[in-house]
Amino acid sequence: MALDDKIKRRWRESRILLLGGSAGSFKILFRLVKLLPVNLNKTVIIVIHRKKNFLSEIEKLFGENSRMLLREISDKEPIVNNTIYIAPANYHSLVENEGFFSLDVSEAVWYSKPSIDVTFESVADVYKGKVTAILFSGANQDGATGLLKLRQEGALTIAQHPEDAEMAEMPRSAIDIDAAEYILRTTDIFELLENTN
Amino acid sequence: MKGTITKDSITNEQLSELIDIVKKIHGFDFSDYTEASFKRRLARIMMLKKLEFYDLKHVLVNDPGFFQEFLEEITVNVTEMFRDPAFYKALNSQVVPYLSTYQHIKIWCAGCSSGEEVYSLAILLNEEKLSKKSFIYGTDINTGVLNEARKGIYSLRKIKSYAENYLFTGLPGSLTDHFTMMYDAAAIHSELKQNTLFSVHNLISDTGFNEFQMITCRNVFIYFEIELQYKILDLFYKSLCPLGYLCLGNKETIRSDAFRKKFKVINQKENIYQKIGS
Repeated sequence: MALDDKIKRRWRESRILLLGGSAGSFKILFRLVKLLPVNLNKTVIIVIHRKKNFLSEIEKLFGENSRMLLREISDKEPIVNNTIYIAPANYHSLVENEGFFSLDVSEAVWYSKPSIDVTFESVADVYKGKVTAILFSGANQDGATGLLKLRQEGALTIAQHPEDAEMAEMPRSAIDIDAAEYILRTTDIFELLENTN
Repeated sequence: MKGTITKDSITNEQLSELIDIVKKIHGFDFSDYTEASFKRRLARIMMLKKLEFYDLKHVLVNDPGFFQEFLEEITVNVTEMFRDPAFYKALNSQVVPYLSTYQHIKIWCAGCSSGEEVYSLAILLNEEKLSKKSFIYGTDINTGVLNEARKGIYSLRKIKSYAENYLFTGLPGSLTDHFTMMYDAAAIHSELKQNTLFSVHNLISDTGFNEFQMITCRNVFIYFEIELQYKILDLFYKSLCPLGYLCLGNKETIRSDAFRKKFKVINQKENIYQKIGS
């Protein structure tokens, strides 16, 4: 599918890029993080399912390979432009109206903490339509209702094409409830995100 | 465990209206709670109790018994024994050697929920042979969870996951050494309960009640706005003995310059601080 001008414009006008994924999404997120330019002029928030207690190498690996500044979210951390934030393990990450993150240790959602739904819903609440959100490969349905809420608020919502996802369940669940405005092939997702000005 | 339905989330106006009602009628002030998570809790209560926003207001005003239930659900009571094993590792190597030089070790565990952290500390001190001279005070605003804490009984499912955490702490024993196993639950040994006391304390409105060698308050500040955090940091500062230790959650860094002058960083990653100055 060729990308139309409308989707490109909405991507360019977004202030926040939200990326969610679970099993099978690590490699593609890693490639994306490497690709994003230092002057993207957006804030990137990544929620990827991960286990507690295993000292995660994600921040280190992503941080060493990204051109943008990359940080693990800590409590009451200001949300800054041109920065990539990664949700920490064993917390839910939320955003506040006043422009900072807050964390929450409450119950896991879909057995996941961080939960993609929780962050997506919270971002929808605050940033409404000024968001581009993409849901990648994963083995459960976390993220689908969050993506739906974003779509209802006018955000640009995208699901990775299930045929391109190592684990199709996650993008498929979003598509099933009509949460994804666009279903894009991986190559199209890359083409879109490279479309900066 | 299922996904939350929050399509009808609460508006900011409704939020302040509700906070106002709770403050005026029940005397609890939630106005400095972090908004996003507080809204999620409210949505959760409405879902659990099958209440619309209007009904929730109604029962909060008219049903005197409901507030206790509300309080128990509005605060987050998810906790684990030895949550963040790296913290206990750091505590054991960087703090316990200093604590052991005191004649009495008094510890305040603020926001202790169902007691898991209190007993984790009790186990750690027991394994370091410091039990006899230690005393741990656990406080929370929620009386329901404090009753759980006093019992010290946890389901086997939980114990299994706590034992996994314990493994990562590098402590020499095993978690189950400290429990009596029952059919589907495990009870903490009574000797560990002896040196603990659980009581109601509201960090927002109550004052200090003793002088401590260490205060732990982990994953409580995440629910508070920064100004309220500072107010409580001041309470902790005043409640610590000179050179006493303060342990916050590992994502709850002290950002205020004023407080950074009052607390020395002992472990940056685990947010362990030591009181300096007078």
